[in-house]
Amino acid sequence: MTELAIIMMGAVLTNNFVLVKFLGICPFLGVSKKLDSAIGMSLAVIFVMVLATAVTHPIYMGLLAGFGIEYLQTIVFILVIAALVQLVEIAMKKYMPALHKGLGVYLPLITTNCAVLGVCILNIDESYTFIQSIVNSFGAGVGFMLAMVMFAGVRQRIETNDFPIAFKGVPSTLVAASIVSLSFMGFAGVIDGIFGL
Amino acid sequence: MNNNKLALLRNGIIKENPVLVLLLGTCPTLAVTTSAINGLGMGVSTMAVLICSNIVISILKNVIPDKVRIPCYIVVIAGFVTIVSLLLQAFAPAINEALGLFIPLIVVNCIILGRAEMFANKNSVIDAAFDGAGMGLGFTFALFLMGSIRELLGSGAWFGINLTADLISPMAIFMLAPGAFFTYGCLVALINYLSKGRAIKKKEFGCEGCPSASGCPSAAKGGCGQ
Repeated sequence: MTELAIIMMGAVLTNNFVLVKFLGICPFLGVSKKLDSAIGMSLAVIFVMVLATAVTHPIYMGLLAGFGIEYLQTIVFILVIAALVQLVEIAMKKYMPALHKGLGVYLPLITTNCAVLGVCILNIDESYTFIQSIVNSFGAGVGFMLAMVMFAGVRQRIETNDFPIAFKGVPSTLVAASIVSLSFMGFAGVIDGIFGL
Repeated sequence: MNNNKLALLRNGIIKENPVLVLLLGTCPTLAVTTSAINGLGMGVSTMAVLICSNIVISILKNVIPDKVRIPCYIVVIAGFVTIVSLLLQAFAPAINEALGLFIPLIVVNCIILGRAEMFANKNSVIDAAFDGAGMGLGFTFALFLMGSIRELLGSGAWFGINLTADLISPMAIFMLAPGAFFTYGCLVALINYLSKGRAIKKKEFGCEGCPSASGCPSAAKGGCGQ
């Protein structure tokens, strides 16, 4: 149980997917203008990350490792994720129209989000078990959400600030992201402290 | 004729530099540029995949059915990424180790799918190859530039050779995550300044260049959360 808690905390705070590992930067910078869309996008990412891990982990362990064709990992994973996202979107549209209205618009964007493929590959690289992988993916998604929501707040505040002309728009966003990321470095020793490692 | 090809190359390197002007492929740009050699390695790997996939997609443009073109492109790209990753494992294990996760993630680099969708499936094979080379060189150049700046400021070295580390104590923060965002922000601001704001006008991480834009309902409305 402690082990799972460490993985979860690590994925959310110390190894935050966006601010420390640089995965999923495009949605982080692109969709964080408004709080609502930031939350919607993050929920969709958490959902797809957990689902994609639940599917790719058994495929890797059973099919790829079983037949000794691990080198096909990249091709198989991206195709499985793409097909999965399509299926989820179709099913959601049919059976859960309310949810589709909230999350559906973000689903096509997620297919080519490097955070989703990244977490699936990372789980294999770290040789996590199935349960550990699911926890890690969920933690990564929550970490993504934390970063998105925090950054949406920061951006709403800097929107009206007066920057030098050259820094208006994207550069100021990036510098703000740099400061938010600096704050996440403060979490570096937190896990060791809590669990007395 | 020759002018046209040169223009394609120059377009990728300067006018539409994928990293500094179009703001695509931000994840590898921020993640692997801890040193000049890593930036160069990532740039060259991506360029190889980009040129090959552009050529193949341009050859197959009349064969691939329009409705399933994105999955087809992804398969082609993923195939080349696997080849590059195996080659790196065999011949450049140090770079492979340093780039790690970001080698398989070339598959989801928006630059590659974006060029397939916007250029390769409409143009001739040779043009597509030149476009791939131009975009690849632009990407490599930007990554190399960022890697050099971060390595010089962060560890006082360039390509691992000690330059200023003894004179000024290196600012290790430039090697870490915040330094990456900061360096990238300053570079984009510099481009803004040099081009007097013309280069990056409304391109705020927009849907242009996003490979999913064609299938994305919110892209038609002008972007997410609009």
